[in-house]
Amino acid sequence: MSDATYGQLLELAAAVALAASIVMLWRRSLEAIVRTLAVQAAAIAATSLLIGLHDALVAEIAIAALIVVVKAVLIPWLLMRLLRTTTDQRVAEPALNTAASLVIAAVLTLGAFGATASLVQLAGGEEGRLLPVGFAIVLIAYFGLVTRRNALTQIIGFLQLENGIALVALLASTGGSLLVELGTALDLLLAVLVLQVLIVRMQSKLGGLDLDHLQELRD
Amino acid sequence: MLLLLLLALPLCAGIAVAVFGWTRVTSWFCVADAAAIGGLAVWLAVRVADGSTFHAAGGLLRADALSGFMVLLVAILTMLATSSAVGYVRAEIEHGHTTAAATRWYGALVMAFVATMLFALLAANVALMWVAIEGTTIVTAFLVGHRRTRASLEASWKYVIIGSVGIILAFLGTILLALAARHAGLTSAHSLDWEALTSAHARFDPGVVKLGAALLMLGYGTKVGLAPMHTWLPDAHSQAPAPVSALMSGVLLSVAFYAVLRWKVVIDGVLGIQFLRILLAGAGLLSLTVAALMMIAQRDYKRLLAYSSIEHMGLVAIAASVGTRLAIAALLLHVLAHGLAKGVAFVCSGEILLQEGTTEIASVRGLLARNPLLGGTFGFALIALLGMPPFGLFASEIAIARAGFSAGMGWVITIAFVILLVVVAAVVTHAQRMLLGPAPAGTETRTFATTAVPLVGGLLALAAIGVSIWPIEHLLNAAASVVAR
Repeated sequence: MSDATYGQLLELAAAVALAASIVMLWRRSLEAIVRTLAVQAAAIAATSLLIGLHDALVAEIAIAALIVVVKAVLIPWLLMRLLRTTTDQRVAEPALNTAASLVIAAVLTLGAFGATASLVQLAGGEEGRLLPVGFAIVLIAYFGLVTRRNALTQIIGFLQLENGIALVALLASTGGSLLVELGTALDLLLAVLVLQVLIVRMQSKLGGLDLDHLQELRD
Repeated sequence: MLLLLLLALPLCAGIAVAVFGWTRVTSWFCVADAAAIGGLAVWLAVRVADGSTFHAAGGLLRADALSGFMVLLVAILTMLATSSAVGYVRAEIEHGHTTAAATRWYGALVMAFVATMLFALLAANVALMWVAIEGTTIVTAFLVGHRRTRASLEASWKYVIIGSVGIILAFLGTILLALAARHAGLTSAHSLDWEALTSAHARFDPGVVKLGAALLMLGYGTKVGLAPMHTWLPDAHSQAPAPVSALMSGVLLSVAFYAVLRWKVVIDGVLGIQFLRILLAGAGLLSLTVAALMMIAQRDYKRLLAYSSIEHMGLVAIAASVGTRLAIAALLLHVLAHGLAKGVAFVCSGEILLQEGTTEIASVRGLLARNPLLGGTFGFALIALLGMPPFGLFASEIAIARAGFSAGMGWVITIAFVILLVVVAAVVTHAQRMLLGPAPAGTETRTFATTAVPLVGGLLALAAIGVSIWPIEHLLNAAASVVAR
């Protein structure tokens, strides 16, 4: 693989990951959102694989496999299974309409490029140039978390956040420690399992995924 | 070997409960196990008190005086929580609040919780420390939702979502610091190793470190319960069963703050003390203010205790912002004393809840007359939490104030202590309503000896460190010099 192709492929993977974030903000069907989340994870796995192949790093290739198994297959499968048991198949009207959300996503992406200039300069290289993409995914995920009051989209927001951070870690090449990756993957998987159980309880108690029903604890 | 054993002990007890269920024997086994953890913790504390460092498991685990001190705190609270759980869980079953299956989970998860905290304290790698601290959220999620009511469901949802979404920022911060380390010449194996980070920090890129430091403070600050990231805390700490609240309030918040202290050493080395000083002092004062305001009109005594934890963590953040050796020693003493006092107070709150069936302050009256032991220990724990002599928090608050004034931060300390006066007024008003007054006839209650012994023991220990810190003085100084050299 020549350096130019490597750079182009890396850009493509990062672009797919960012586009997935925007699609998740735009779509209202929960099933479509979960599928897009899987695509995003696959794009991040591809980034890891590319870096691993290019720099001949075994750890990065193993991490790519780990990401595919946990984030692109296992977690989306769990969420799909959960979705089949729920009555809500669509996200309720978010606090902000879709057009305004997309404009804000664009602003956040620009902001991510602006805020991480010193980082890009330090990291350098083809990977470093793409670092702001990871930050943009993080910011868009936070925005989605704040504006959507649905239990499932909150889990997806959290996973998207994790995807963005994983992309930053890969591009900054500070990952590489398989032990840390295993630890974070285990944390992530367990967190999703815990949240899944809470959602099942929530449905039997509240009859839906709308978090506005949870308003009991006040001062 | 010692360090590995320390991690294996709580796991053994957890597995025992998972296999045999929560019975008389296994609940006492947990107490014995906690005592063994205590023994090991004392041994570790003695060995690291001279400033030496231990490594184990091929460099994966590491213990110095700071981790030794914190391990001791975890061990003490574990003893308190496991021994009070013997009576508490039995009473919960008798009242029909819980089932045998739920108590099996309860016991296993509590011990797993202790193991994760110990791992966070002993991890040599800062990313694994993060993994462990995020792990504490996961293992405690079901403990918060133990009662399975709507309110506890809401509390556990907020707890897991806000906790995870917040602390993941600390992971991003960790990555940025590692990136700075890589470009300062550290190998990828060393860029996440705390010792290597502290020895090479002079060459780190300040711009990147600033961004990373802010993210680390936001992330771990969420887990510490500092305002404005504190919203999950009163819900979670008030919904969890009392022994778990004792562990979460008394020690988990401090374990999260331990991560802040570890990073403070690295960040201060690059940016100087001023950068974090502003962040920590700001968050500390804001936490104190929010806590004081929420305590004035509080109607729920478990939430009152939870806000008191936010208040004390705010004070701890202010001590950290002062950052001198004296301030850090005072901070650690404060963390220990707060752990003991809050542990006792939360265990008492669980007993009160079992007797009254409600957490409303308004429905608890004449507690001292009805159950002198419970009312007395709860009262003394509250007095201790307000920083009154002879208890340990008096000594630590005075020491924090002294350190602050001598570091030129007198105005921050003055504001903090004015807010503390508001807290005193609020707590005294609530407490005298709950404790004093005549007992309505026929409402006298009794407390299990298994609960009474740890409560009284905890208060005595708290008074002892308030009078003299002589037994832990070396350890405290050695631990403080890990953070402030």
